[in-house]
Amino acid sequence: MATTTSTPGVVAGRRPPRRPRSVLAPRWLPYALLAPALLFELLVHIVPMVTGIYISTLKLNQFFVRRWLEAPSAGIDNFSVALNFDGAIGSSLLRSFGVTFAFTVATLAFSWALGMFAAVLLQRDFRGRALLRTLFLIPYALPVYAGVITWKFMLGRDNGMVNALLGDLGITDGDTFWLLGGNAFASTVVVAVWRLWPFAFLTLMAGLQSIPNDVYEAAAVDGAGLWQQFRSFTLPMLRPVNQVLLLVLFLWSFNDFNVPYILFGQSVPASADLISIHVYQSSFITWNFGVGSAMSVLLLLVLLVITAVYLPLTNRRLRDA
Amino acid sequence: MRDPLSFRVLRVVGLSLLSLFVLAPIYVMVSSSLKPLGDVQGEFTWIPSTLTVQPFVDIWSTIPLARYFANSLVISLLATLCSVVLAISAAYAISRYRFRGRSAFRVTVLSTQMFPGILFLLPLYLIFVNLGQLTGFALQGSRVALVITYLTFSLPFAIWMLVGYFDSIPRELDEAAHVDGAGPVGALVRVILPSAAPGIAAVSIYSFMTAWGETLFASVMTNSTSRTLAIGLREYSTQTNVYWNEVMAASLVVSVPVVAGFLLLQRYLVQGLTAGAVK
Repeated sequence: MATTTSTPGVVAGRRPPRRPRSVLAPRWLPYALLAPALLFELLVHIVPMVTGIYISTLKLNQFFVRRWLEAPSAGIDNFSVALNFDGAIGSSLLRSFGVTFAFTVATLAFSWALGMFAAVLLQRDFRGRALLRTLFLIPYALPVYAGVITWKFMLGRDNGMVNALLGDLGITDGDTFWLLGGNAFASTVVVAVWRLWPFAFLTLMAGLQSIPNDVYEAAAVDGAGLWQQFRSFTLPMLRPVNQVLLLVLFLWSFNDFNVPYILFGQSVPASADLISIHVYQSSFITWNFGVGSAMSVLLLLVLLVITAVYLPLTNRRLRDA
Repeated sequence: MRDPLSFRVLRVVGLSLLSLFVLAPIYVMVSSSLKPLGDVQGEFTWIPSTLTVQPFVDIWSTIPLARYFANSLVISLLATLCSVVLAISAAYAISRYRFRGRSAFRVTVLSTQMFPGILFLLPLYLIFVNLGQLTGFALQGSRVALVITYLTFSLPFAIWMLVGYFDSIPRELDEAAHVDGAGPVGALVRVILPSAAPGIAAVSIYSFMTAWGETLFASVMTNSTSRTLAIGLREYSTQTNVYWNEVMAASLVVSVPVVAGFLLLQRYLVQGLTAGAVK
């Protein structure tokens, strides 16, 4: 796998596409080929997002769900409720955004660091390298609920493996509540990192393959230490990979729903109340769809601002893609 | 060139710790699935007191696991099939033709990947309710609704990845097919598809994994007849008891198909993933 020197997409990305020859093709043909894909993306993503903005201006509760088009208008009331940080709903929304940012920074940092560490350690061939590479991909390949539900079992107070391990090692007294209170935050980060770091590893490993080996040999001859080699060759050459990787890791962590949902079910502790699950519970547990949609719109705005700040950095690459 | 000793020590220690982190849940899953119920209700034990395969028998009767399994299988296979066919068609257009709106299409489709599902979950649900009222076919709670939803989740990445594969196939091959009298579709079927087979296999396993693991939409859009594994597995927890050995056995059983497929096709998937991420 790692011995492949070029990936098809990368090759294609470097070579400017040749002028097309379309003697046989009518002008409408490409549009007809794209139409089905576009239709479904519009139906499932774009139209509902626009509808969601409309719903955020409605008084929508369980009485109107089946005939939501008849729900009375709420003006900007839903937004006033969601943004009133003195009220219960607004303050918990603000707290949820804070928790989500902290979670995202921690998950991104650990996933990237572990991925980089493993990719550098596996950069050069040694016995067992292929086996480890496959092994490290397993958390990413497992269905998310199978992996996370196992962690839920492991983090249980009375019958969990984590408490048994820490107790046996004498680190704690072995009866910590990992899924309650402040500990829930750390648990959520650990589980999310476990699932996410293999992706960082994969991407960075592929990026490292594009660095020619003689760069390192020359550096070693010049007496550069390993840390120096990493600083002056590896990191700069991985810059383009890192730009995209960090954005992807950010979006996946920020939008994470599965980990808290599977770990905690209906009763998510405040410290692990990520924004996706917060909006979900505000909508589907309390049946307050109008306010839930207003929160969604605010989330959309936050994501747009973040990417608007970040994208100019990677803009060229996205356009080339 | 021999690596310095310090690096080799660091490598052994670092990789061992990472392996433990990765493997601990796998070990818990496998060992607990072979334990009798008593073993998983008390304090955690590293070694099962007795080895039993009873959990693998019981999982099918404690909850209607076979039905959930069949639902997940049908939904994931159909979503994969549709997603791959639509992606091939779209990727062919992008790779082989230059036309107005080409880059707008790519940006639109890719941008759908950055927003969390929660943003369109509720409106989509309401739209399905309305479509159901209009057509008389209850979409919400049906498998069709999930197939439609899931196919769009893997579509952007599938298109992106297949464009990369298609671009790497020399156009001379298309031209040769045209000389032989094949139209655009003929060239796609006879030249492009066989050459891009690894990419198509990789996109297929990616689409299947996406659908097989999806939880958020399954939690809202399924009912007791259309329920998938992602939601069904929670039923091993009752008010009074959690059958953890059965949960672990069932998790193992539902993981085997996707992990096996992923490991078999990982080489191609990794090529495509990295082609997407590196660009």
